[in-house]
Amino acid sequence: MYTQALNTAETDDRGLEDAAKAAQFQARIDAEERIEPNDWMPAAYRKTLTRQISQHAHSEIVGMLPEGNWITRAPTLRRKAALLAKVQDECGHGLYLYAAAETLGTSREELVDAMLAGKAKYSSIFNYPTLTWADIGTIGWLVDGAAIMNQIPLCRCSYGPYARAMIRVCKEESFHQRQGYEIMLTLCRGSDEQKAMAQDALNRWWWPVLMMFGPPDATSQHSDTSTKWKIKRFSNDELRQKFIDATVPQAQYLGLTIPDPGMTQDAEGHWRYSEIDWTEFKQVLAGNGPCNRDRMAARRKAHDDGAWVREAAASYAAKRTQRQTAQAAE
Amino acid sequence: MATANIEVSETPLVLYALRRADDALILGHRLSEWCGHAPMLEEDMALSNIALDLIGQARELYTYAAKTEGKDNDEDKLAYLRDVRQYRNLLLVEQPNGDFAQTLVRQFFYSAFADLYWRAMMTSRDATLAAIAAKSEKESAYHLRHASEWIIRLGDGTDESHRRAQAAIDQLWAFTGEMFAVDDGERGLIHAGIAVDPGTLRGRWLTTLSGVIGEATLTLPQTDWMQQGGRSGRHSEHLGHLLSELQSMQRTFPGQTW
Repeated sequence: MYTQALNTAETDDRGLEDAAKAAQFQARIDAEERIEPNDWMPAAYRKTLTRQISQHAHSEIVGMLPEGNWITRAPTLRRKAALLAKVQDECGHGLYLYAAAETLGTSREELVDAMLAGKAKYSSIFNYPTLTWADIGTIGWLVDGAAIMNQIPLCRCSYGPYARAMIRVCKEESFHQRQGYEIMLTLCRGSDEQKAMAQDALNRWWWPVLMMFGPPDATSQHSDTSTKWKIKRFSNDELRQKFIDATVPQAQYLGLTIPDPGMTQDAEGHWRYSEIDWTEFKQVLAGNGPCNRDRMAARRKAHDDGAWVREAAASYAAKRTQRQTAQAAE
Repeated sequence: MATANIEVSETPLVLYALRRADDALILGHRLSEWCGHAPMLEEDMALSNIALDLIGQARELYTYAAKTEGKDNDEDKLAYLRDVRQYRNLLLVEQPNGDFAQTLVRQFFYSAFADLYWRAMMTSRDATLAAIAAKSEKESAYHLRHASEWIIRLGDGTDESHRRAQAAIDQLWAFTGEMFAVDDGERGLIHAGIAVDPGTLRGRWLTTLSGVIGEATLTLPQTDWMQQGGRSGRHSEHLGHLLSELQSMQRTFPGQTW
């Protein structure tokens, strides 16, 4: 019960005192100090972080589904073990992140309930289907690659528990990314059929992966305050560009074609990409991606089917405590 | 074109390794079906962990079977290119996951056996099997602890969990006898000190079961009838479906490197 030990409620002393605290808080952020769970923080900072960390946790958990879709069909025993271990890592990230979110005063149960009720978001990318084995390679290479791009700066996030969680998560994600790339490399060095499978996967995932960085800077809602609070250190467009510049040579090495005929390299070496279809992004966020309904249904089913198990565990724990108390009283 | 099944020369030692490898792979595969769908995240982690241990055991045993056979088979050919009639696993491990109680009772019955079995196998005269046993025993001890704790929680939890756990015990009990059966080929290995006689472990296995089941306020069935056939490839209908999924890539895209 870690959260019980924390001072999570905002004090009621508004006004001048709050303004002084807020200034002090901002000074600490500006000095690159870490904010810890028991420290005073503005309610909006707490709310923003709770939203961001829990969305991140939900993404890890929902993200188990598209990859889990291939655990039972992985083509070799080595691939099967590696994929299972990878999906297990994602689950671990989810748990770790829920724990980080709990330090801000909201329980895992409440956070999960909000997700299952459709009130909390998870990453749009997991609403796309994994149709072939090459999708598993592509997710490791590109989806985890994009996640790393987003998460490396979060290792320096002003909120201590989140920053520390990200250090471990990033290490594992880097391993996943190399694993995914190695799957792609094997396919691209394989038969024509395998290479076509790899290209098809890249064609389907490329644009949704670029959308993972979020809307263009001009339309992003949260960036200003998040930047001030050093939760976010790079803009969506900056991270997207970094990712593309890193990825294009990797695709070239594989002998795959990025599905953007309009892509050109500018004088500074940056790869300039074509317009992203933000209508598709909005549709997916609105619940109309190819797998939104399936993902939510799967998570709700796991939750509902598991209710009697969780009740049994709680009931047994209560009985045991009761017996121990009775024994101690004898 | 679908890839044809491989042929395996099932000498007693090859068959021995295949049977244990198939047990581990099929049970590991079943557990991996839970990944992403378990009642709580902690169990997603735990069941995946156990599945990984079992798949790891399977890989070592397949590799040893292939090496012992001395032809051009390997762990993947043995796993992906044998049909249901060539699989040698216990009927117990191929039973569907069902609800969480069925999965955990299946695991409990198997792990209570595997823990004793691998511990006994650590003294095998076959150095490879003894080494595999030493690793598997450590893992099985943890699997047994995990399953035992859940049997107690479920049995002594709520009325519903008690009912489900008892139903799972009653349903799976008839598949436990096969763990202790031995055929002539294996008897030869036992005499040579390469394998151990599982029949000698049944008493201790029952003691483990009785302790946990008793604490869980559950009961063991009184029926003696035991279903057999897995060791000689006469399986339940469930295994064919599992294999069609497990083997789909190797069957659809024959002879490729992944």
